[in-house]
Amino acid sequence: MNVETNHRSDDGGPAANAAPILSCRGLHRHLGEGEGRVHVLRGISLDIGAGTVCAVAGPSGCGKSTLLYALGLLDRPDAGEVRIEGENLAAAGDAVRTRTRNESIGFVFQFHFLLPEFSAAENVMLPMYRLGRLAPRDMRRRAGYLLEQVGLGARQDRLATRLSGGEQQRVAVARALANDPSIVLADEPTGNLDAHNARAVVDLLVALARERGRAVVIVTHNEEIAARCDRRVSMLDGRLEADGAPPAL
Amino acid sequence: MSPEFKIAFRFLVSKKRAMSMSLAGIACGVAFFILTQAQTSGFERFYIDTILGTTGAIQVHDRFQDTLRTMDAAGRERSGFRIAHREARQYVEGVEEPARVGAAIREFTNVSGVSEVVSGSARLRTPVRERSVRVYGIRLEDHLAVTELARQIVRGDLPGFRGSPQGVLIGSELARRMQLQVGDSFELDTPDQSRRYRVSAVYETGVRDIDEARIFLHLGEARSLLRRPFGASFLQVSLRDPGRAVQDAARIETVAGHFAYSWQERERAWIEVFRALRVSSGLTVATIILISGLGMFNMLAMIVMEKTREIAILRSMGYRRQDIRRIFLWQGAVVLAAGTILGWLLGALLTFGVSRIPIRIRGIFATDYFVVNWAWSHYIVAFLIAAAVVFVAAWIPARRAARLEPGEVIRNSAA
Ligand SMILES: Nc1ncnc2c1ncn2[C@@H]1O[C@H](COP(=O)(O)OP(=O)(O)OP(=O)(O)O)[C@@H](O)[C@H]1O
Ligand SMILES: [Mg+2]
Repeated sequence: MNVETNHRSDDGGPAANAAPILSCRGLHRHLGEGEGRVHVLRGISLDIGAGTVCAVAGPSGCGKSTLLYALGLLDRPDAGEVRIEGENLAAAGDAVRTRTRNESIGFVFQFHFLLPEFSAAENVMLPMYRLGRLAPRDMRRRAGYLLEQVGLGARQDRLATRLSGGEQQRVAVARALANDPSIVLADEPTGNLDAHNARAVVDLLVALARERGRAVVIVTHNEEIAARCDRRVSMLDGRLEADGAPPAL
Repeated sequence: MSPEFKIAFRFLVSKKRAMSMSLAGIACGVAFFILTQAQTSGFERFYIDTILGTTGAIQVHDRFQDTLRTMDAAGRERSGFRIAHREARQYVEGVEEPARVGAAIREFTNVSGVSEVVSGSARLRTPVRERSVRVYGIRLEDHLAVTELARQIVRGDLPGFRGSPQGVLIGSELARRMQLQVGDSFELDTPDQSRRYRVSAVYETGVRDIDEARIFLHLGEARSLLRRPFGASFLQVSLRDPGRAVQDAARIETVAGHFAYSWQERERAWIEVFRALRVSSGLTVATIILISGLGMFNMLAMIVMEKTREIAILRSMGYRRQDIRRIFLWQGAVVLAAGTILGWLLGALLTFGVSRIPIRIRGIFATDYFVVNWAWSHYIVAFLIAAAVVFVAAWIPARRAARLEPGEVIRNSAA
């Protein structure tokens, strides 16, 4: 699968695992109040280099989504650093974090969150509107292109609420790629997909990392999908247990 | 079209019912505000026009001569001022030299006409009835210049009066009570003489006090009847800009040495009544707008609540706090714009409809329909009130929406 060459021609082809694009150091996060307060992230450190696809696995409730929110600047850790392209943004101001989310991070939520008032293509265009670098016609064209990549070329103008669960999930993947971010964080992007579509989505993300030097993190329970990644870390009770190449199937 | 506007519009359209309710609220508030202002200010304007067309903008009465130096009191409590200084002034009743004083007054740039009036009382007698009346001696052309008398003729005509030395103009109410028709004759009695006159025309001002008692004679006739060969009882002055009557009256007093009364001073009681009416109805209707503002606040607060997840998603893909705020302010603005335009149309329609409602009013003015005043200012003030209310109603939910932390919301709505 060929990932198109849109508006970033700067940072070249498949980069070596040089300076990590995304990294975190000693992340701690507590959730809940008083008696119900849980220590969810217990000191997580991780480096993801350009051109790498990293799978995160672990039992339900171990803190995978919480980790991804912290990495995606959607949530502030209680302690630790989150470095995006070398800059620690864990405690940065809202304006900087918001701009970084728009320009450099594509996020796929575990439960696909589309705006129900908008069509598939419009949902994909929302991040582009905010960035405002493309002319409306080009935004439209790019949204069409991305939807084709996830196999939804024929569903572009359908309202989000009229799409199946799996279709919505694929729109969410296309939306995460809208501004051609250097980091893609996907929380179980294939949960609702059949084997064929799941493979297509993962192959798209892998190709993106390989050909355009993006850093991709995929949370998954699916070993077949983990096997397609460059790296697999497993989490248990808020800690990273194992890190290395995924076991070949 | 900005993306925030687009998103705002979609959010609104997805809440059609709540939106149409707030829209209707704003539209009704704006419409009723316009309607009540059009009515109350219509009656006020009409009343003022009646005053200006009958008793005139300024009346110049008795001459005074200061015998002591007096303070230059501001004209607020005129009657008090007069009583307090009565001892210090010498009074000469009426205007002794109307030609000279009139000429001095005509020098004022704002003065458009001066009419010399000789007045006194007499008894009107027909073979069957008798009644006391006020006689006004006028020079017709001068008096037409300072009043709306020409427009007030309801029977007979002015050329008939002009051409007949014994002709008179009588008020409609007086004509009715004395059963006098155009062409009828009657006697006017004073203590020492009796003269015969003919009705040339009947006028109606709508002001009962005038219509039931006032008779216009030619000036020369009035002088003979009342035995006042020279001087005038008062001068009636009309102004190009009647709004400046208070200042002009004050200047006339100093220049001419005669008391001058502006219409605002003479009619203060009624003017206050109309003003109070306008303000109180304005306040009442502003309350309606305020209540529709609450409806709007409710709608937007509801959208914020129902859309927290969407707001968090927008924030997650890089929409800034001010973008979110703008989305909600845009929603307010769209409802405001649509509501105001609807309200303007409805208000204009209602105003037009009300102006067609027959209502017969006589007493302080004469009209057969509801009086309305078409003024842009009512439409603009209605919009400004609605805008202020909507801005507050939209600002609070908008701020709440902008404050949400995306991670928190998404974590809580995931389960
Ligand atoms: N608001 C909250 N208050 C207290 N604890 C919370 C709250 N939200 C989540 N948790 C807890 O935090 C832990 C981590 O949650 P998280 O969603 O990160 O798990 P996960 O690894 O993504 O699980 P899954 O695979 O089921 O998605 C869980 O044990 C959960 O019960
Ligand atoms: Mg999860």
